[in-house]
Amino acid sequence: MESAIKLQNISKSFGDVRANIDINMQFNKGEILAILGENGSGKTTLMNMISGIYFPDSGSIIVDGREVTIRSPRDAFSLGIGMIHQHYKLVEVLTAAENIVLGLPGKGKLDRAAVSAKIKQISMRYGFDINPDKKVYDMSISEKQTVEIVKTLYRGASILILDEPTAVLTPQETDRLFSVMRNMRDDGKALIIITHKLNEVMAVSSKVAVLRKGEYIGTVETAKTSYKELTEMMVGRTISLNIERPPPTGQQDRLELRNITCLNEEGIPALDNVSFTAKSGEILGVAGVAGSGQRELCEAIAGLYPILSGEIDYYPPGSDKTQPIVGKTPKNIRKMGIVLAFVPEDRLGMGLVANMHMVDNMLLKGYRKGFPVFADRKPPKKLAENIIKSLDVVAPGVYTPIRRLSGGNVQKVLLGREISSQPTVLIAAYPVRGLDINSSFTVYNLLNEEKKKGAAVIYIGEDLDIMLELCDRIVVLCGGKVSGIADAQSITKEEIGMLMTNLPDARLP
Amino acid sequence: MFDFLNPDNLMNFFVAAILAGTPLLFGTLGEILTEKSGNLNLGVQGMMFMGALGGFAGAYYYEQMAAQPVAVISVLIAVICAFLTAAFGAFLYSVLTISMRANQNVTGLALTIFGTGFANFFGEAISFAAGGYAAVSSETKTIFNTGIPGLADIPIIGKILFSYNFLVYFAILTAIILAWFLNRSRAGLNLRAVGESPATADAAGINVTRYKYLATVIGGGICGLGGLYIVMNSSNGVGGVWTFNLISYQGWIAVALVIFATWSPARALWGSLIFGALSVMRLYIPLGIPAQIYDMFPYIATIAVIIGVSMRRRRENHPPDSLGIAYFREER
Repeated sequence: MESAIKLQNISKSFGDVRANIDINMQFNKGEILAILGENGSGKTTLMNMISGIYFPDSGSIIVDGREVTIRSPRDAFSLGIGMIHQHYKLVEVLTAAENIVLGLPGKGKLDRAAVSAKIKQISMRYGFDINPDKKVYDMSISEKQTVEIVKTLYRGASILILDEPTAVLTPQETDRLFSVMRNMRDDGKALIIITHKLNEVMAVSSKVAVLRKGEYIGTVETAKTSYKELTEMMVGRTISLNIERPPPTGQQDRLELRNITCLNEEGIPALDNVSFTAKSGEILGVAGVAGSGQRELCEAIAGLYPILSGEIDYYPPGSDKTQPIVGKTPKNIRKMGIVLAFVPEDRLGMGLVANMHMVDNMLLKGYRKGFPVFADRKPPKKLAENIIKSLDVVAPGVYTPIRRLSGGNVQKVLLGREISSQPTVLIAAYPVRGLDINSSFTVYNLLNEEKKKGAAVIYIGEDLDIMLELCDRIVVLCGGKVSGIADAQSITKEEIGMLMTNLPDARLP
Repeated sequence: MFDFLNPDNLMNFFVAAILAGTPLLFGTLGEILTEKSGNLNLGVQGMMFMGALGGFAGAYYYEQMAAQPVAVISVLIAVICAFLTAAFGAFLYSVLTISMRANQNVTGLALTIFGTGFANFFGEAISFAAGGYAAVSSETKTIFNTGIPGLADIPIIGKILFSYNFLVYFAILTAIILAWFLNRSRAGLNLRAVGESPATADAAGINVTRYKYLATVIGGGICGLGGLYIVMNSSNGVGGVWTFNLISYQGWIAVALVIFATWSPARALWGSLIFGALSVMRLYIPLGIPAQIYDMFPYIATIAVIIGVSMRRRRENHPPDSLGIAYFREER
């Protein structure tokens, strides 16, 4: 098998985070290689280095036996490397053909007939279904993807990288994509598909390379491997972190979700018939690969995301009467006397205002209190000072703009504010993402505190080791559906990994 | 009451509408080109002022200095100087908004204020030095105010089609070229991509900065020709003489016309004719209403069109997607 790209000792760091560590890999012509790995395992970073978006810190890239330097997507394209990103780079008001020839050298006058003919020829060869004159804004997601792929082929790409191409496709569209991919493989092109769906890996790839936490674990032949082996390679051995887990006390149902379905902007279900119950005095973990509906779940509960169907009932402490909260705005939910705290994933976008200082950020949640028209700044100032003291926030003072604080301190400020309202339900989305070990443990302790106080804590996480030690129960999401709910003390990491990548009805070999 | 409906008056009205619409057409075309690159340059008024001054000063000083000034050369100098002076204004805008990523609205407004002050200051200085009245030669002025020789004398058709000065035809030609450029040429396609989604254009290997600079600077130059027209053509007052604050509203109307024309050079032709007609309507269609109401017509028409366009929601009629937003590659 002829080698198309060889990577030698590639490393890349972003600040303190080592995204890729000493990676050695090879991609062959006439082969579909699947790159498998959890979130944050460095798959996309690695591919971005090949396609010229990032530049490696060290190591070398060899294309067709020649060591090359790839500084920009343009360099990559001149080497015949094309990458199909998750977010398509297309100009919406232009047609498919116009998008395909964008930026290419040529005569001043655009010869539409010749362009269309060449597109038709590529489509015939690989079995694409594409109308060159259709405007991109009229296209479905799958058609847009086709335009992206044809765009790279039109530019003569012989190495194609597809970053989670099936994430937004229906099963039929996925099948069509796979058959096109097989045609390209048979034509001698090197294809790389980034994915975390095991069944698709099995269906389309010739070989599977596994990355874990930035490191290259190994490559196996698809025909000779199993779901079990791949899952083990992907999640690795369980590591003990020694996170405290106080036993849950006085558990009562607090929040019940029944058959919640939400559509995303494309009209595809982001949450599909999700049902579970969060109990008081416990931490309920929500696991799943990125984009399985976690964000929509949090926002749907918080009253920020439109719910198509289903019910969410709140059980007030010490009362049997349930309160439905679907269709209520966050303000309405508050008015009903439900203290729901939400620590969003996007801390500086949704949680805090980066350019405002701590006092004003505290005020955001409390400005309705007190005399109308005038804002009372004393309580928020006191709260800010309390948070600095009790959570060891390193900040020059309460009047420092939030954006000047480090990630861990920003998170402490946000958590501190949310907890100060003494919530009965606390939703924390990726609260330790980007935090160092010490800050992470502060966050775990805070969550445990709330649990002991009797709050129902919903923890959205990505690191399974943490979730297994911190949470009491774990809900696993896969493609917007609940693929399993398990007791955190009895389930294993591999089992969660299987649930994350497979729906329960998908048959396991 | 309806005596204004006689054919002679209507024909005069049409001619006057074209004459009043041409500076608007220049401003609109320049701004369409600029906005297609994603730059919202609100300095059209300022650039028109700069173009007016540059063109006037170029022709005036040439005639003062040359021993035997030739009118054609004087006109040529006026056109080139008007274009370059306004393009310089647009270049300042480009440096601030493209390279230094300053806020486009603020920069554009500043350019309007700067251009107005710049032109009035130097224009008055020229006037003052000439003893309070600076004018180009009457031969030069004639070229800016007469139609196509021979053809213009044909009855009716000659008046409707051939009685205009060369800048009118040049404006129409510019509109046609611009329409072809944006819709049929590779560079035009690339420019549209830059205005719609600079990140996509960048990834496709298009030099975003270069396209933005060129479109904005050339667009500014075209706006400047509108200013030159105003100072040289006598339909707006006394032609060929420097007048204080000679551009009163045309730049702003042009900005509105871009929206009216939904970023299409072809529709800009109709738009500027309609707006030209609305601005001279008072003189030809007396309805017995106050002059101020007439003055409001162009703006009411703009509001009506904006409402109409947003109700139809056709994607082609939308402004370029990245309009008003500076592009910075590292920001993904």
